[in-house]
Amino acid sequence: MTEPATPAAGRSGIFTFNLLWGLVGLVVGYAIGLWIGHRMGSRFDWTGDIDYNDIAILLGYSLGTVGYLAGLGILNHPIARLFGRSGTDLAKGATGWSRYVRASTDHKVIGLQYLIGIGIFFAIGGLDAMLIRTELLRPDDPVFSPGQYLTLVGLHGATMIMMVSSIILGPFGHYFTPIMIGSRRMAFPRMESLSFWLLPLAGVVLTTTIAYGGFPTGWTGYPSLADQADAGMDGYIFAFALVGIGMILNALNMMVTIFNHRAPGMTWSRLPIFVWSMLTTSVLMLLGPPMLLAALLMEVLDRTSGTGFFLSSVGGSPFLFENLFWFFGHPEVYILALPGFGIVLEILPVFARKPLWGQRLGIAGMLGVALLSFMVWQHHLFVSGINASLRPFYMLTTELISVPTGFVFLCGLGTLWRAKIRYTVPMLFACAFFFNFLIGGLSGVYLSDVPSDVTLHGSFFVMAHFHYTIMGGLVFAFFAGIYYWLPKMTGLELNEALGKIHFWTTFVFFNSTFLPLFAVGMLGMPRRTATYAPHLQFLNDWVSISAYLLGCSMLVFIGNFVYSLLVARVPAAANPWMARSLEWQLPSPVPVMNFDRPVRILAGPYEYGDPSAPPVMELGPPVVAAGD
Amino acid sequence: MASRSDLNRAIGIWVVLSIVADLLIGFLLAPHMPPGHFSNTASDQTEINNILALILAPIGVGVITLFLYALISFRQPSGPIQDGPPVKGHRRLQAGWVGVTTLIVVILAITGTVELLQSPSSASGAGSGGGQGGTPISSPSGNPLQVQVIAQQWWFTYRFPQYGGVETFSLALPVDRTVEFHVTSLDVIHSFWAYQLGVKADAVPGADNIAFTVPKHTGLFQIRCAELCGLFHGYMAAHGEVLSQGGFAAWIAKAQKFNAPILRYLPKYAKVYYPDPQQRGG
Repeated sequence: MTEPATPAAGRSGIFTFNLLWGLVGLVVGYAIGLWIGHRMGSRFDWTGDIDYNDIAILLGYSLGTVGYLAGLGILNHPIARLFGRSGTDLAKGATGWSRYVRASTDHKVIGLQYLIGIGIFFAIGGLDAMLIRTELLRPDDPVFSPGQYLTLVGLHGATMIMMVSSIILGPFGHYFTPIMIGSRRMAFPRMESLSFWLLPLAGVVLTTTIAYGGFPTGWTGYPSLADQADAGMDGYIFAFALVGIGMILNALNMMVTIFNHRAPGMTWSRLPIFVWSMLTTSVLMLLGPPMLLAALLMEVLDRTSGTGFFLSSVGGSPFLFENLFWFFGHPEVYILALPGFGIVLEILPVFARKPLWGQRLGIAGMLGVALLSFMVWQHHLFVSGINASLRPFYMLTTELISVPTGFVFLCGLGTLWRAKIRYTVPMLFACAFFFNFLIGGLSGVYLSDVPSDVTLHGSFFVMAHFHYTIMGGLVFAFFAGIYYWLPKMTGLELNEALGKIHFWTTFVFFNSTFLPLFAVGMLGMPRRTATYAPHLQFLNDWVSISAYLLGCSMLVFIGNFVYSLLVARVPAAANPWMARSLEWQLPSPVPVMNFDRPVRILAGPYEYGDPSAPPVMELGPPVVAAGD
Repeated sequence: MASRSDLNRAIGIWVVLSIVADLLIGFLLAPHMPPGHFSNTASDQTEINNILALILAPIGVGVITLFLYALISFRQPSGPIQDGPPVKGHRRLQAGWVGVTTLIVVILAITGTVELLQSPSSASGAGSGGGQGGTPISSPSGNPLQVQVIAQQWWFTYRFPQYGGVETFSLALPVDRTVEFHVTSLDVIHSFWAYQLGVKADAVPGADNIAFTVPKHTGLFQIRCAELCGLFHGYMAAHGEVLSQGGFAAWIAKAQKFNAPILRYLPKYAKVYYPDPQQRGG
C-alpha cells in the first residue's frame, strides 16, 4: 500500500462518513434487527412467557453494528474491493477536529481517539464506584433498590474491565509503538480504525443495558444467573464480544507491526521496553479472547436457542463456563498489568539518567508473566468444587508468577540505584506504581495459598487486591504516561503544579480507600453485597469518604487537562525531558507522516551517561515520493 | 566504593525494620488475626495467615526500604541535568535475585501443598475447609456428621442424611465432631461461607461440593453467600450455632419431630437435585 503524498481528506462537512451517520446506522440497523427478531422469536414457546425477546435484541445489536460501521465508512474499502474498484482511503491526513469523529488511518489520530473515548468510560465507571460507596455508607437501610445496586456493581466492573482495559495499549500503544520502532504507520491501518470504533459501540451497548434493567451478574457473567437474567444480559454479552473481537484485531495489528515495521537498525535488543510490553500484551490478547468469545457464544445459544451448555439440569455444566471464562479472564488481568510495567520501565531511565538496568531480565520477566498467565486460571476456582487434586498445581503456578513479576521490580530498583533522579510528575507516578503493585502482589500471595484463600475468596480482600494491581498499577502507570507523553501528543505542556497536587491527592486517597478494604475482607464482608455487619461500618465509611476524595483528585486532573490544553496553551518543547527514545526526536505534535525521511537506528534508547553513545537515529536523504 | 556502602547501609536499615515489623505482627496483629479459633480449619487458617504475614513483611519492607533509600539519597537537586553511571546490569546480583525469589516461592508452594494433604479432622486441616468437589484429597477419621447445604435464591436449607434426611431452615452443629458439608444448589451458583468456621464452598447446581470442619467452641457463627446470586444476594445471610453434643442431639430430635409432616413432600435425599421445570425468569 502506498500512502498518498498529498493527503486526500475526502469530502468534508457532515455529509460524509462520520460518527453521526454511524449512530444513525446503529439506530436503523437496531430497529431492523429488532423487527426481524420479533417475527422469528415469537414462534418459540420459551420466548412466549417473558416480555422481551433475546433473539430480537441480539439481532438488533448485530445489525446495528453493521449499520454503525457502514455509517462510519469502515465498510467502504472492503465493499469497493469486492466490486473490483481500487478502494477508498479513509481520512488520513485530514486536519481539524472533525478527523477525531471519523474513521481514520492515522495511528496518532486513533491514539487520541482512544484517549478521549476511554477517558469518558473511565469517568462513567468511576462514578458508578462513587454510587456503590454511597450505598455502603450504611450497613443496612439501602439507598438503592437491590436491583439498582447490582446494576451499578455490574456496570462498574464491566465498564472498567471492558472499556478501560486498553487504557494504555489504546492511547499510547497506538500512538507511540509505530514511532518508537521508526515506522510511519501500523501494519493494518484500516483494521486499527475498526478495532477502535468497536470500543465506543461496546460502551454504548453496555451503558444502555440500564434501559433493560441492567445485568445482575457482575462482570463475570456466571451462568445459571446469566441464563436467568433479563434482557440487560444480552447487552453485556454483546458488548463483551465486541471488546473481545477488538482485542484480537488489536493484537494481530500490534504484533505484525512490531515484527515487520521496525526501521533498519532497530534490533530486538534496541527495542524499547514499552514496545516489548505491547508485544507481550498482544500475545495475551491474541490467545485469551477466543476462549471468551466461545463461552459468550454458548451463553447466547443457551439464552436464545434452548441449548444447555451451562445448565446442569439438561446435562451441561456451569464449570465449563467458569473454566472458559477464567482461561480468558486471568490473562486479561495481565493484559492490564503488562503495559503498566512497560510504561514505568520506559520512564525510569529518562528521569534517573541511567540506562535501564537489567533490560533483558525485564523483558524475560514480561515474557514469563505472559507464559505463566495461561496456567493459573483455576486459582479463581479454588473453592468452586473442581477436582481437589488440581489445587496444588495451580497454587504452585500462581506463586511462581511472582518470580517474573519480581524481575520488573529488580529492573526498577537497579535503574534507580546511584542514579541522578529528577522528580517530575511522570516519575512520581512511576515510583508510586512500584509501591502499589508491591502491595497488590504481596496480598496476592494470600489468595494463591489455598488454606488462606478459603476465607478470603470472594471477599473484599480480593477486591482490594485487584484494585491495588489495576487501579494502583495500570491507572497510575497510565497517568505516568499521560504526564510523560501528552506534551508530545498535543504539543502543549501540562501544568506541573496541578500535576503534583493531582499525584499526591491520588496517591494518598487511593491508599486510604483500598488499604482498609483488606481488613474489611478479612473480617468477613463478601464482595458485591449491599449489606454488611454493623461493626464494619466505621471502616466502610472511612473507605467511602476516601473514595469520594479520590474522585475529587480526578477532578484535579480534569481541571489540569482542560486548563493546560484549552486555557494556558503553553507550547511544549520537542524534547522537554531530554529523553533519547525515538518519539522525542520528532517535533511536537508529531507530523502526519512521522518521519519525513527514511530512518536508520544507530543505538539503543537508554544509553544515558555514556558520552560515546551515538545519537539514537539518523535520517536518510529526503525522498520525493514518500513510500513505505 | 560508594555503591557498596550505600547497599550495606540500606540492607542494615532493612534488617532492623524487618525485625520491628515482624515483632509488631507477632505480638500485636497475630493474636487478633481473622478468622479466629472457632474450629480446627479456622484456627489453622489463622496460623497460616500469621506465617504468611511474618514471611511477607520482610519482603515488602525490603523492597520499600531499597526503593525509598534510592529515591532519597540519589535524588538530583535542581540545576543542569546530570547523567548517572552507565551501568547496565550485574549478572551475579540478577542471578541471585532469581534464585532467592524462586526458592521462597517453592517453599511457600510446598508448605501450602502439605497443608492440603492433611486429614480434615487433624489440627492442621485448613485446606479442607474449602470446597473440594465430590472427591476430597483426604478423608476424615471416624464417623463425620454429614450435613447437606442446599442453596437457593436466597436462602440456605440443610438436610441431615444420618437423621432420615430431615430438612431444616437453620443450622446447628455439635462441638468437637468432624462435620462433612455437602454443598449444592437448586438454581444459580451460590457460595456457602461459614466465616468463623473457616468454611467456604461454592454451591453449584448439579454438583456436590464437599468441605470439612471440626467446631471447637460452642456459640453463634455467621453464614453468608459469597458468590453473586442475583437480586437479594446481599441479604442471603443467617446465623448458625455450634451446640454441645447433648444440645445437638436434642436439637436434631426436635427438628425431626417438627419437620416430619413436610418430609414426605420432599424429594428423597440425593447428592444433587434438579428441580423441574428449571425455568427462565427471576
